[in-house]
Amino acid sequence: MIKERHLNIFVLGLLIFVPIFAYWNDQPFTITLMTRAVIFAIAAVGLNLALGIGGFISFGHAAFFGLGGYVMGILAWHSQNYVTLVEWPILIEGTKSMPIIWIITIAASASLAAIIGMISLKTTGVYFIMITLAFAQMMYYFSTSWSAYGGEDGLSIYVRNNFPGFNTLDPIQFFSICCVILLIVLFFMGRLIKSPFGLALNASRQSRQRIEAVGFDFHKLQLTAFILSGAITGLAGALFADLNRFVSPSMFSWQLSGEFIVFIIIGGVGRLFGPVIGALIFVWLEHLIGGISNYWHIFLGFILLAIVLFGKGGIIGLLCREDTQNG
Amino acid sequence: MDKPVLEANKLCKTFGSLVAVQDVSIDIHKDEIHAVIGPNGAGKSTLISQICGSLSLDKGSVFLLGEDITKLPTEKRASLGIGRTFQISALAKEDTVLENAILGSVGASGKQWGFFNPVLKNSVLRDEAEYCLELVGLKDLINLKTAILSHGQRRLLEVAIALTLKPKVFIMDEPMAGLGSDGTKQLTEFLGKLRERAPILLVEHDMDAVFALANRITVLDYGRVIASDKASSIKKDPEVQKAYLGEG
Repeated sequence: MIKERHLNIFVLGLLIFVPIFAYWNDQPFTITLMTRAVIFAIAAVGLNLALGIGGFISFGHAAFFGLGGYVMGILAWHSQNYVTLVEWPILIEGTKSMPIIWIITIAASASLAAIIGMISLKTTGVYFIMITLAFAQMMYYFSTSWSAYGGEDGLSIYVRNNFPGFNTLDPIQFFSICCVILLIVLFFMGRLIKSPFGLALNASRQSRQRIEAVGFDFHKLQLTAFILSGAITGLAGALFADLNRFVSPSMFSWQLSGEFIVFIIIGGVGRLFGPVIGALIFVWLEHLIGGISNYWHIFLGFILLAIVLFGKGGIIGLLCREDTQNG
Repeated sequence: MDKPVLEANKLCKTFGSLVAVQDVSIDIHKDEIHAVIGPNGAGKSTLISQICGSLSLDKGSVFLLGEDITKLPTEKRASLGIGRTFQISALAKEDTVLENAILGSVGASGKQWGFFNPVLKNSVLRDEAEYCLELVGLKDLINLKTAILSHGQRRLLEVAIALTLKPKVFIMDEPMAGLGSDGTKQLTEFLGKLRERAPILLVEHDMDAVFALANRITVLDYGRVIASDKASSIKKDPEVQKAYLGEG
């Protein structure tokens, strides 16, 4: 048995050294694959706050992921085509600057999460799953019919957005940006889990009565967690669209919401690095088995089945012994 | 007599056609233990839930230190000073004993919205939680997961969390339930001293404990108060004996 902390350091090592190794050996595709995994990891780390710590299973996080994608897509499309975004009452232009896009993305997905959360957190269990799914599907169908921004065809962005001092079209440089964001998100998430808010959110999953009896507002706690969760997943969406230089309604699809949940289950529900491990394994399986067979999801299904049946704590639960302190 | 710490006036609650609580008034004064007894289904738990805010009132009002808290949600009442323990332990079982207790200190400190600093490294909150765990005798178990505690230890932890809130009044729903005779004796002794910190509204089935502890007793039957008096007088009340004590 190994310690969860050591496993986390190993995963961090993989995240950093695999791309560097690929860079030395001139394998840009490997770097792109790792970038994809890192971005999925950010999205799932966001979801893990709601699903793993808070215990409310959102089956609609693609709504935030897709929104992030479209915020990036719309801003960049206006900028590359020299079409103003808003002319009245004030003039707003599109932008190709990543930091600005990120800030707008976070604000937009947090707002969407506030609206979805206020309505759907009134329900629990299966109803919560269904209502979050319904919201994501609404976004999906809206995006397919919004012909101004490509409708079903989506939006293509010809050149990746800019980040000061970086050539973002270079795979290793774009990877570094995404990886640093993942590390920042993980750092704050690690602090959050141990903060009063994290402890209370964690306890609220286990006993609502307990949390109210010590003076916490259960609904505010859940809604705050949902907003933070949606904002992080939204940010990942903006990065994903930038990676592909393309955004389409498929970023809102329910399959994607399901995949985020799968990442968390594979890695370990509620564990800080669970979503990261899950996303890495998922992306690599998709690549390796997907190259052999088109039916690679069958193998993924077997893995998922094995994990759910034999190791409730996912990969981390299988490899690490129970610590007295959560990780 | 001085003003009551907690005062509930004419509480009513019906579930459909079932009258759970009807015109029940109860007050708790400084330094006292006020016990509520009654057969199963007499409305004791409903009464507690109404005072703590987890059940709404059809009619009536609740005052804490003269302040009307009738319309406040559970968590507001908790921060104003109602320290509740549950009949069926409501603890975060996957968390450690210390984490459960420190949650109470966080709630009492009003620092619920900290997002960044690790709560276990906050020495003020931690000391407070450890102090309360020490009072109930759980100091040596602080790093254990709550799930592996014995039933009696969980009851003590419930009390410790209520202590961390520094409440104005304790509301305890059958704290002795499921405890062995040793455990009951220990807890009885502890609660006897606890009343000096804050008065206790005690719902309990264990009559020995009730008569050992209570200053006053209110007897409920079918949602109504059939007697409310000093403990010594209640024992002799013929109606009480008929409704309740005779059965036990």
